Amino acid sequence: MAYTPDKPALPVPIEELRARIPGWGADLDPKDRPAVPRERFDPGASGAHWDFPDRQPEKWPRERSIEHAFLPPVFGTSCPPKGLSGAIRKVAYRRYSEGRAAHWLLLIAADRVNVVEANLASMVSLRPDNPITETGILSEFSHHGLSSRLGKKRTDVKHLWLDPIIVGGPWVVRGLLGYHLIRVVRRRGRPRGVPTG
Amino acid sequence: MRAMVYRGPYRIRVEEKDIPPIEHPNDAIVRVSLAAICGSDLHLYHGMMPDTRVGMTFGHEFIGVVHEVGPSVQSLRVGDRVMVPFNVYCGSCFFCARGLYSNCHNVNPNATAVGGIYGYSHTCGGYDGGQSEYVRVPFADVGPSVIPDWLEDEDAVLCTDALATGYFGAQLGDIAEGDVVVVFGAGPVGLFAAKSAWLMGAGRVIVIDHLQYRLDKAQSFAHAETYNFTEYADIVVEMKKATDHLGADVVIDAVGAEADGNFLQHVTSAKFKLQGGSPVALNWAIDSVRKGGTVSVMGAYGPLFSAVKFGDAMNKGLTLRMNQCPVKRQWPRLFSHIRNGYLKPSDIVTHRIPLEHIAEGYHIFSAKLDNCIKPLIVPNAA
Ligand SMILES: NC(=O)c1ccc[n+]([C@@H]2O[C@H](COP(=O)([O-])OP(=O)(O)OC[C@H]3O[C@@H](n4cnc5c(N)ncnc54)[C@H](O)[C@@H]3O)[C@@H](O)[C@H]2O)c1
Ligand SMILES: [Zn+2]
Ligand SMILES: [Zn+2]
Repeated sequence: MAYTPDKPALPVPIEELRARIPGWGADLDPKDRPAVPRERFDPGASGAHWDFPDRQPEKWPRERSIEHAFLPPVFGTSCPPKGLSGAIRKVAYRRYSEGRAAHWLLLIAADRVNVVEANLASMVSLRPDNPITETGILSEFSHHGLSSRLGKKRTDVKHLWLDPIIVGGPWVVRGLLGYHLIRVVRRRGRPRGVPTG
Repeated sequence: MRAMVYRGPYRIRVEEKDIPPIEHPNDAIVRVSLAAICGSDLHLYHGMMPDTRVGMTFGHEFIGVVHEVGPSVQSLRVGDRVMVPFNVYCGSCFFCARGLYSNCHNVNPNATAVGGIYGYSHTCGGYDGGQSEYVRVPFADVGPSVIPDWLEDEDAVLCTDALATGYFGAQLGDIAEGDVVVVFGAGPVGLFAAKSAWLMGAGRVIVIDHLQYRLDKAQSFAHAETYNFTEYADIVVEMKKATDHLGADVVIDAVGAEADGNFLQHVTSAKFKLQGGSPVALNWAIDSVRKGGTVSVMGAYGPLFSAVKFGDAMNKGLTLRMNQCPVKRQWPRLFSHIRNGYLKPSDIVTHRIPLEHIAEGYHIFSAKLDNCIKPLIVPNAA
């Protein structure tokens, strides 16, 4: 073979593709493609009957990117920031633009703190976290966990061993910390000089 | 109402929540009749997306029935069956006026780099999503459409994201007649992108994954040639061999942030969150496309940096195109393709899971068990 100007021949000629594949070439003309051109100025097309939308009431100081001129008129109201994670999130939004790694790293840190907070809170609630039901891990048994992976050359099997560590690790760490804390408290409670067992 | 709730990485449960109230005059509240889990939800589920809060309800692919409307809503009535694009958007800002519905500037206080997405962390606006019995739908006169009578529910729900996104991804590839198109990823988005590539006149469509059952589907559903990358020492060289050593004209990344195939890249991003996303598939795309070719990125990546091979993209003179899909723009044409029998979206649905069992649904889809391709979620009130 040699590197020449022509486009390599197709393994299946176009006429055959057209016959074999339903709809082949229906959008051949770019004019029929709804995303072409990508930008098309047509403010009437969306159904909006406003130039600028009404403003949704702000029920708590809504955290926002400092790259915005103002609080956008409409926003989600799920999970207002609270606790330590909320404080970290507020700092991330107030101090750093989206252009700064610190912004995202603080938000990721807050996510981890949030999980610990929620987990601890659940322990004293009527519905403590249940790692078995929440991970859906029992579907491994009901939906062929083993045969879905065995002998299938799946590349994700190579790092499967990490999953229990990532999911279970924080529980183990929390358990050990809790155990340690209880021991410290108990030791403090004992008179000095008395051997502990 | 019952709603799926995030509890931490790899952990979700169903909780009792209040039915969301109208918060803005153009809001609607929709009773969800059918929802889906998207590959994007896995990025949240694995804790990769910054500002994913415990207690949030995910879900950005859903259809339902209008339960309540705000005072300024003109185009919808209580009882209408509606399909809702995954984008939350105002319809009137600079970006919406130009058709960039996925890049709306009026709906996401948390970030200017993304628009609004239902149930997709605070980074995408902090909206609760549709894996739930009820959901708040802002800008009811803009986003949702009444479902045409002839369109089946399972086809409609796939139009709200996966199908529209695959179709959009193929369009961003600027495919010309006879082009060789390579699609990385045989998930829902990749399968639909491969199928759509033919509509645009592709001469060859090649799909790459490591899950053989999905590649089998790519052959039967999308008429594609397939390569299982675990069977080759170097998939990029294989793509060169397949294209007379020129490279493909167009490559579509339908994998995104959790791309596998390189232990270090995958683990540093998907497991330890040190990168915005694992760029394995994106780098393979950059290296497999021909010089002067186009890479269309549908795979989603987080806002942190990723180790992308930018030098190769520059030296090869590539066109890199990408976006979240502006879903509703695709609908009229997609509807005509579905009616003509060119596309049958629900062919890829493998699992229908009751909302109460959604934790198993996430695990099955995430761990790719039981030949799962697309799981749907059926709320109790449906
Ligand atoms: N741009 C948008 O608007 C938009 C919309 C929907 C989904 N997405 C994104 O598209 C991507 C795919 O979504 P999906 O629902 O199909 O998800 P999915 O998880 O079902 O599919 C991803 C597929 O990629 C495969 N894969 C992993 N590493 C690979 C590699 N290196 N090369 C080839 N294949 C590889 C996986 O085995 C899997 O089959 C996700 O990142 C999702 O976030 C983007
Ligand atoms: Zn999605
Ligand atoms: Zn807008």
